[in-house]
Amino acid sequence: MANPKSAYSIPTKKGKPDTHIIVVWVDNEAGVLARVVGLFSGRGYNIESLAVAEIDAAKNISRITIVTTGTPQVIDQIKLQLKKLVPVHKVADFKREDKKVIFKEMALLKVVGKKKKIEKCLKACKTYNPVILDKSSKSVVIQITALRREIDKMSKKLKSLGLISTSRTGAIAMTRGADVFK
Amino acid sequence: MSKLYSGAEIVFKCLEDQEVEFIFGYPGGAVLPIYDELKNHSSIKHILVRHEQGAGHAAEGYARSSGKPGIVLVTSGPGATNVVTALTDAYMDSVPLICISGQVPTHLIGTDAFQECDTTGITRPCTKHNWLVKDIKDLPKILHEAFEVATTGRPGPVLVDIPKDIQFAKTNYSKPKKIKKVNGKSHNKFTQNEINELINLISKAKKPMIYTGGGVINSGPKASEALREFVRLVGFPITSTLQGLGAFPGDDNQFIGMLGMHGTYEANNAMHDCDLLINIGARFDDRITGKIDEFSPKSKKVHIDIDPSSINKIIKVDLAIVGDVNEVLKSTIKKINQKQNGIKVSNKQKISKWWEQIQKWREKDSLGFINSDKTIKPQHAVQRLYELTKSQDTFITTEVGQHQMWAAQHYKFNKPNRWMTSGGLGTMGYGLPAAVGVQIAHPDKLVIDIAGEASVLMTMQEMSTAVQYNLPIKIFVLNNQYMGMVRQWQELLHEKNYSESYSEALPDFVKLAEAYGCKGIKASNPQELDEKIKEMIDHKGPVIFDCQVDPNENCFPMIPSGKPHNQMILGPNDKEENKITGKGKALV
Repeated sequence: MANPKSAYSIPTKKGKPDTHIIVVWVDNEAGVLARVVGLFSGRGYNIESLAVAEIDAAKNISRITIVTTGTPQVIDQIKLQLKKLVPVHKVADFKREDKKVIFKEMALLKVVGKKKKIEKCLKACKTYNPVILDKSSKSVVIQITALRREIDKMSKKLKSLGLISTSRTGAIAMTRGADVFK
Repeated sequence: MSKLYSGAEIVFKCLEDQEVEFIFGYPGGAVLPIYDELKNHSSIKHILVRHEQGAGHAAEGYARSSGKPGIVLVTSGPGATNVVTALTDAYMDSVPLICISGQVPTHLIGTDAFQECDTTGITRPCTKHNWLVKDIKDLPKILHEAFEVATTGRPGPVLVDIPKDIQFAKTNYSKPKKIKKVNGKSHNKFTQNEINELINLISKAKKPMIYTGGGVINSGPKASEALREFVRLVGFPITSTLQGLGAFPGDDNQFIGMLGMHGTYEANNAMHDCDLLINIGARFDDRITGKIDEFSPKSKKVHIDIDPSSINKIIKVDLAIVGDVNEVLKSTIKKINQKQNGIKVSNKQKISKWWEQIQKWREKDSLGFINSDKTIKPQHAVQRLYELTKSQDTFITTEVGQHQMWAAQHYKFNKPNRWMTSGGLGTMGYGLPAAVGVQIAHPDKLVIDIAGEASVLMTMQEMSTAVQYNLPIKIFVLNNQYMGMVRQWQELLHEKNYSESYSEALPDFVKLAEAYGCKGIKASNPQELDEKIKEMIDHKGPVIFDCQVDPNENCFPMIPSGKPHNQMILGPNDKEENKITGKGKALV
């Protein structure tokens, strides 16, 4: 029930939230990440993961990839508000289930244990392009690239096999085919 | 080699090239080099305020009443944090401000130096953009860009933070170039198809409604002219938000009053029942819409706005036209005139029934109140003020609260840029410094701050500024000894528990005026009101007018929270038993 004493209106029914991947091309200047992230926190939008790096040193452009959830109205607002920021050049928005877009996340997994357990681990990682970055007699650091939920699954599975430390990047995205987002 | 200039010189060269005449500011350690340079630039006058918030609001008043950006100059640390309220206010109400702040020298940034604060960090969410100048070579470009960002698209405040060593450092100066639109952020690309669709909707409407906002004012005086032409052409009823008052004449028959929480019965009911709603430069603020689910349920909605993020933010619309109000209206008028016969004749007939309905609502006289010959009713005070000042071009500012709503309801504005009020942020203490800024922009005009006694005490120190520069602003205080709007909510919603809303130990405003070196006038009964108001108007200097009004008066009509437009509470005139007699007083 509405609080009759509120000076504000009561929240109304909301649409269904969806997961979207928002890609933002920005001038790589001081404070630009704070502007983008501050916009999300200030307006109550959600950030599931964040990946950012300079992609064009000559033009001084960085690419920020943000995974977020929101109702269609909120996602629209996120895009429109981002486009208003002065250092923002363009904003792309992909749905997670979009087949035309590749999403990838990288994880580093440190496993400590006997040789047998380590081998089991490597086997379990097989479908996610495992690369062994470091190896000692009783440990290994494995790099895998996969979707977010796949990495979630792996880190759960490897717990019993001696996984003691996980480090993950946020998701990054790219369209399939010859076209680029304009 | 061309001549090298110091950072401080560049600041002024840039202000000169941008044709700045006034700066509102307050000196301090980190801006001393800029203040030192002031003496060499006679075309720029500095107005010394008494608090940096006052500088911000004064610049807002200047900007709103003149259409030019307001310039603020403050020091680092407390200077910058004090101006944050004014920046946020300007951001909410889309007022172009350029705030230049001093900062500690670059080598001290991040060391918790004396009067250091993260100014760009603090002001990031309340400016359109801000800059920390770390290299003197960037300064000219940044300053010019600051003007560009503040004044184009949907206007707003910007801040340039200049460390003290940068103010001393030297570089070349470059004049403002016609900058290619900042990252393509121009939003004036509506299409002819959209205009055609609008005209199609206009020609079909039986119960149309035009709802205008501050965007019309921001689009310039030409937009108000275009609006008048458009509204007369189509013959539709028009309402306005608080910020849009004055764009259309308040005493015109087609104007059916302000809408929203304290809007008129006819405007709100028309919003609820209309079949076509044309929003011109307004943003569906929550004080306007009431309950979203039941907002104008039967209408096709059109939204004309320069800011794409305003569209579909709160209310889904059927037709969005992103563009400058003036441009959109001009091209609509042109199109209508081309096929004049279609619309002009038939449509006015179609909507005659609608006008009859509106006339019935009007007969409720929702702004009516029970006048008294013993105490001054605040509504009566505003009405008398209007009657006695309407013959001259008067500028009105307000603080925030009941008096603000009464001013909006009972003072009729016939021109844009004559009404300066804090709508979005609702900043108590806005009106007095804003009046200072308005008077600076219009030295020969009558400038009145319709104030409440609680609000005005928040920035009262700016009276000193008014006296220093001999600005004849009139502070018309509707003194009811309460934070009236707070008291009203407590009466209606919190069982008359008047928790902390009564101001004990108020100053004697007449003596206070005298202490500041200006004139104080007090009116305590309706018989002397007119004469005292005339005395205020005729006085050549600044005046504080203590208008002692009925402390128990409430502001009606009112849409209670969570209710749609057609469920308003009307004033005591409309009630069988008169609930709102002086009972509250006993609780004080």
